Amino acid sequence: MSFEPKITLFSCHYTSQQSCAEEGKELQELNFPGNIKLVRVSCTGKLQVTTLLNAFEDGADGVYVVGCPEDACHNVKGSIRAAKRVAAVREALVELGVEGERVEMYHLPRGLHPEFVAAGVEMNDRIAQLGPSPFLLETA
Amino acid sequence: MIVADRKPMAEIIEMVKDCSKVLVLACRGCVTVCSAGGEREAEILASLIRLGMKKEGKKIEVVEGSLVRQCDREYIDEIDQWDGQYDAVVSTACGVGVNFISNLRKETMVYPALNTTFFGGSAEQGEWTEQCAGCGDCILHLTGGLCPVARCAKSLMNGPCGGSVDGRCEIHKDVACIWQSIHDRLGSFDRKAQMEVIAPIRDWSTAGHGGPRKTVRSDLTI
Repeated sequence: MSFEPKITLFSCHYTSQQSCAEEGKELQELNFPGNIKLVRVSCTGKLQVTTLLNAFEDGADGVYVVGCPEDACHNVKGSIRAAKRVAAVREALVELGVEGERVEMYHLPRGLHPEFVAAGVEMNDRIAQLGPSPFLLETA
Repeated sequence: MIVADRKPMAEIIEMVKDCSKVLVLACRGCVTVCSAGGEREAEILASLIRLGMKKEGKKIEVVEGSLVRQCDREYIDEIDQWDGQYDAVVSTACGVGVNFISNLRKETMVYPALNTTFFGGSAEQGEWTEQCAGCGDCILHLTGGLCPVARCAKSLMNGPCGGSVDGRCEIHKDVACIWQSIHDRLGSFDRKAQMEVIAPIRDWSTAGHGGPRKTVRSDLTI
C-alpha cells in the first residue's frame, strides 16, 4: 500500500520568498513534493517548541524548518534559535520512542535555490521510508 | 531560586497512563525563572502528554492552568476553578508545590513533572548552578561569601582537599575549586588569615539530618 506522508514545512519569510512566487507555480515545476504544507513565518526564530509539536498533533508525519544560513540570518540569530528548538523537539520525540528524524532543520540561502527543493525531496523520501506517524494510531 | 528539570517523558506517561483527563499545572515562581515549569514549559508538557498517550493508543484530555505559586495556601485554593476537569494534577512546580497540593487537597491526586535539583542562580543564559545547600547554619561571612557546603564537591570546612589543579575541582573539571576561590577572595580583602581559623565540627541537624525543618515566626502567626 502506497503511503503519501503529510509533511509540514515552516519556512522563514526570506528563504521562502521566491519559492512562493506565482503561488508556488515555480516550485511545482521543479517537482517540489505537493504533499508538503508550507507555512511561512516572519522569522523561524519566532517558532516555539509547541508550534512544532502542534504540527505533529495536527497529523503531520514529519515536520521541518527552513531558515536563513546560520551566519547570515536576516534577524541575526533567528535561525540559530529555530535550530535549537528543532533539536529540543527531536529530543522529545526520542523520549517518546519516536524517530527523531521526523523533524529536521535546514539552513538555506534566500531565494528559490535547488537546495530548497532538494530539502523537500529529502524530507519526503525520509518520512515515506519511516512510514506513518506513530502518533496517529487509533486511540481507544 | 529552586532549580528543577523535567522528568523523562516515559516516567510521566507511566504516571498518567490510566487517566482520561489531567490538569497540567504550571507554577509562576522559581521554576518559571529556570525554564522548567512555567506556563511555556507546561504548554510543551501538555502537548507531549497528548502525543505520548496517542502513541500508546490512548486518549487523554489535557487541561492547562497555572498558579502564582504552588507553595502558598491561598494560591492552592485557586485549583478549585478546575474542579471536575481532571482525574489527576501533573504539577510542574518543584517538590514543595507537589507536597503542598497533597497536603491541602485530600481528594486530589498529584504527580510531579519535575525533578527538583538544587538552590541556584542563573550563571549564563540557559545555565544554572548550585550556590546554596540550605544547610541551616550559614558560614558565608567566614568564607568570603562563597559556600563550601554547596560548592565544594566534598563539602569540606577547612580548606581545599589538595586535589584541585589550576584552580579546578578534581571531581568536576568544569567547576572552580571553591576553596581556591575563597582563598583568592579573602586575599583580595586582606583577610587570608581567616583561612587559618579551624572550623568547629558542624552540627548537621540544621541541614535536615535532624528531620524536616520548620520556621515559626510568632510575630506573624495568627
